[in-house]
Amino acid sequence: MPLQVGLTHYLFISAILFALGIFGVATRRNAIMVLMGIELILNSANINFIAFSRYGALNLDGQVIAIFVIILAASEAVIALAIVLNIYKMMNTVNIDEVDKLKE
Amino acid sequence: MQLFDIVFYIFALITVVSGFVVVFSKNIVYSAFSLLFTFFGVAGLYVLLNADFLAVTQLLIYVGGILILLLFGVMLTSKVINVQMKTGTLQTFPAVILVAGLAGVLCGVFYITDWKRATLPELKSTAPKLGEMLMTTYLLPFEVASVVLLVALVGAAMIARRERPVGSEKSKVKS
Repeated sequence: MPLQVGLTHYLFISAILFALGIFGVATRRNAIMVLMGIELILNSANINFIAFSRYGALNLDGQVIAIFVIILAASEAVIALAIVLNIYKMMNTVNIDEVDKLKE
Repeated sequence: MQLFDIVFYIFALITVVSGFVVVFSKNIVYSAFSLLFTFFGVAGLYVLLNADFLAVTQLLIYVGGILILLLFGVMLTSKVINVQMKTGTLQTFPAVILVAGLAGVLCGVFYITDWKRATLPELKSTAPKLGEMLMTTYLLPFEVASVVLLVALVGAAMIARRERPVGSEKSKVKS
């Protein structure tokens, strides 16, 4: 690995963040922790986009795509939290392995 | 080693270490707060990648918006009085193996692949160019994104404040 910071370094960071996010989504029981894992995954995707816009052939388009990713992440977090709060009101738990009913 | 590289390694360390804390911490409040440092480190990486507008957007939306929202979710759904902030994990051991393998494969692919390189021309500020692109090439996705945000806003308010049918025993919680 060359010591000079280049494209590969950013890709490694994003790979590590992606793996951590997958781990969080897969193992945590709390629904809000799952949301945090999803945010980590989206951040790693964004790092990839912007790294390729800087070092790869994906000019400023990469940054515009990253803006759209941030927009969608915001709306996803809002909707998911509303659903989680609703689940908590109905079933008194946010552990996703205990939420096994589709209706009351 | 130049100053650029040192700053990169500092931000990368912040990002990765606090990412580990987010995932492995038992206390969900610690996870939420170290997520702040992860977002901060990612914003620093954006600055190093010549994406100043994206860095500010990251701080405003992620740290100022999404993280606060997640903290609200934590506070509203954890039984603070009973000190039930701890969250359990499932199937940790197989997940560690699988995820380590995934990270290894990804890093290997990233390292082996011969990426097509083209350096972005140095810009003083990316914001004017980004605004121009949003208003020309990406006009349709931009408008669709605004509609998506509106729908998310209305939908979240609808879902979170749904009225319960009168007469059910839980109807006293209706707002």
